[in-house]
Amino acid sequence: MRIERRETPHAVWALAAPFIAIVAALTLCAPLILWHGSPVAEAYGLLVKGTLGSRGAITETLSRATPLILTGLAAAVAFRAKLWNIGGEGQFYVGAIAAAAIGAGAVVLPAVLLIPFVMVCGAAAGALLLIGPTLLKTRLGVDEVVTTLLLNFVVLLFVSMMIEGPMKDPLAFGWPQSAPVIDEATLPKLIPKTRLHLGFLIAVGAAVVFWLIDTRTTWGFEARAVGSNPGAARFAGMSIQGVTLRVAIFSGALAGLAGASEVMGLRGYLALDLSPGFGYSGIVVAMLAQLHPLGVVAGAIFVACVFVGADAMGRTLGVPSFIADVIVATSLMCMLVAILAAQYRIRP
Amino acid sequence: MTGTGGPGGEIVLSLKDVTKRFGDLVANDRISLDLERGEVLGLLGENGAGKTTLMSILFGHYVADDGTIEAFGAPLPPGSPRAAIDAGIGMVHQHFTLAENLSVLDNVMLGSEPLWKPSTDRRSARAKLADLSDRFGLTVDPATLVGSLSVGERQRVEILKALYRDARVLILDEPTAVLTPQESESLFETLGQMSEQGLSLIFISHKLDEVLAASHRVVVLRGGRVVGERPVAGTSREELAEMIIGYDLQEPVRHEVAPGGPVLELEGVTVAQDGRAVLEAVDLTIRSGEILGVVGVSGNGQQPLAQVAGGFIAPASGTATLFGAPIGESSARRDVAGRVGRIPDDRHALGVVSDMAIWENAILDTSNRRRFAKHGMLQRTAAKSFAAELIDRFDIRCPGPNAATGLLSGGNMQKLILGRIFSLDPGFIIANQPTRGLDVGAIAFVQERLLQAREGGAAVLLISEDLDEVMSLADRIAVVYRGRLTAPKPADALTTREIGLLMAGQWREAGHAH
Repeated sequence: MRIERRETPHAVWALAAPFIAIVAALTLCAPLILWHGSPVAEAYGLLVKGTLGSRGAITETLSRATPLILTGLAAAVAFRAKLWNIGGEGQFYVGAIAAAAIGAGAVVLPAVLLIPFVMVCGAAAGALLLIGPTLLKTRLGVDEVVTTLLLNFVVLLFVSMMIEGPMKDPLAFGWPQSAPVIDEATLPKLIPKTRLHLGFLIAVGAAVVFWLIDTRTTWGFEARAVGSNPGAARFAGMSIQGVTLRVAIFSGALAGLAGASEVMGLRGYLALDLSPGFGYSGIVVAMLAQLHPLGVVAGAIFVACVFVGADAMGRTLGVPSFIADVIVATSLMCMLVAILAAQYRIRP
Repeated sequence: MTGTGGPGGEIVLSLKDVTKRFGDLVANDRISLDLERGEVLGLLGENGAGKTTLMSILFGHYVADDGTIEAFGAPLPPGSPRAAIDAGIGMVHQHFTLAENLSVLDNVMLGSEPLWKPSTDRRSARAKLADLSDRFGLTVDPATLVGSLSVGERQRVEILKALYRDARVLILDEPTAVLTPQESESLFETLGQMSEQGLSLIFISHKLDEVLAASHRVVVLRGGRVVGERPVAGTSREELAEMIIGYDLQEPVRHEVAPGGPVLELEGVTVAQDGRAVLEAVDLTIRSGEILGVVGVSGNGQQPLAQVAGGFIAPASGTATLFGAPIGESSARRDVAGRVGRIPDDRHALGVVSDMAIWENAILDTSNRRRFAKHGMLQRTAAKSFAAELIDRFDIRCPGPNAATGLLSGGNMQKLILGRIFSLDPGFIIANQPTRGLDVGAIAFVQERLLQAREGGAAVLLISEDLDEVMSLADRIAVVYRGRLTAPKPADALTTREIGLLMAGQWREAGHAH
């Protein structure tokens, strides 16, 4: 028996890997549910029912998936070009700050104009935040993992300062939150009486657009070349700095857009609990999707399913909702193992 | 042939019907060969002919699917390098496996001492090493750090390491690839001494002349099979070359071309890296219609020279002009790339993106030209048909334009890079080690293309460690040593000996003032 590396990853295995990983993760998490004293089959039944069992459940899952698609794309786009942007959370929040500041009446336009304008501002804010660390990386060789990660905390404190100070809503009975966005800046609901809003379509559209950019344009071509072999890309005359900066702008913009879409479509205002870690979960989504833009949509919906489903599980059986984090983390690890396994074969 | 000793009749190593398959590929197809005591056996073959696989099986890195190996009359257990060493088989790899921060003695002892012993018997080890050094003329000071040794000396340490483990059969994989002609000469002397004293050697090389000079018998592999076996006395360079590639090889022919105006001009160019001058006051002019060869032992300034000429780094002082315009740090940009063809020394790291398809690599440096990009959209159909054209014109063996580039063999990868470059019709070509690691057929192809470009009026900067290649292609030759370049001389005014002395830094002895 020998284990050999394949020349090319096995196609069927590569496709089946996410599903095998999910099954493996659910199996691995079963003892935890048993330990809590709940029946595993019933718990997982509730998880599925709570995410896909009704119209309300499905729309809730999709609205939870919306920011994850965008932050997942942000991570995927950057990681493909070997730009390790761990700052999705910070870029998400600056996008949210911009949307809340401009959307709350600072500019008044008809909805058709104001919605795109506010979204562009949110995206621009996210992009601007990533430009700094990227320039430090390309000019001075500063590790962007450190700078983007630490900026997350800076941004969170900045949000805190803004909603306690200049942006504080005087009508919120002292709660630390910003003034709500006006109706013209609010994303319309896709289905009445649910929380699903236009942001979902925008996120899916963004995934398709980035897939097209990746495969069909010279920008995507250069980003892929720089990502898989910077030496050869440079030798062929591409500017590593230029390509990396372009990628950073797209990546930051996507994460900023996620923040703007949450403020404009779901919450209506800026608060410190706007994101339960969407920026970080985006990294998980991107890895689950093997950095494929269309795979990100599926990955985001899966992660949203686990979170929404775990809430349902918790409501009925009292299983702590932390289990959602455990399942997502285990899935990611199983996924990484499955991807690795697809690259090898066993010979007798 | 060196030395007066020679084969002694006793068979020390015997391979019978050794077969190894990788998927559908038969890397070794029923290979049988015998090695006699005191014999130097030259093993020849193109890349992918099965030489490395065969030696890996012999040394226990791979297990053969079929066949038997006997060493000194006893069957050799498969799949165990330890068993191979115990049976008296030693291997000197092309890339050295020495610890630079340890002394020569420590390196030699490393791995042959049991780990559980609290102390080592250094005195007897030193005595044994001294004895081996004497017997085979391999002089190295056991106390020096390997890091401070020259490449030739390191190779001696590698050989001593194998001998220290009582190797009686020694496999040398491309041992001369990194040596100067003088160092190779002294290696051949050592090989002769070893053979006289009853050691058997397998000598793997690409260079036919060396194999003819150093061995008693030659075995040629092609497509995983033994296609020929000749005593050195009864064969010729031409016959071996034909056996290796399977058809009659035409040596590249040089036609006289009158050189035109200067294309690349370097004046007093100095380049510093990490506070050290890696190029020092280099003067060089290359005219159109000429090939200027730069030879030297690797790491003496070839890299920075190629980088300056290619516009990747700006000189710290001095002037560098290309087509009459100064070369700056950003000249690698595509506006210049259109008239400059760069053949990288490392195909995998610099030449291609292995994860991308062949058609994508075909347009790697032209992807923003109008032909392949309209309004930022990639013209995939145009790019694929361009790649198909290259595959056809440059005889790139591959499944098609959509195949992954990483699956190409070294020679085919090089053809893809050449196709990409020559389709631009460049006025200046930097060929950095253009034939390194290629087989005889592919080398001839590359050399022919370079000569064609020269006849078409291109200026070519040929940087190579292969002296024969430079001698046969270049109009003028300059030698690089520790960042300094000799004034180029016409190729026919230089002898191999002179160049060898220059490569070793003995400029005065070579009668060359700088």
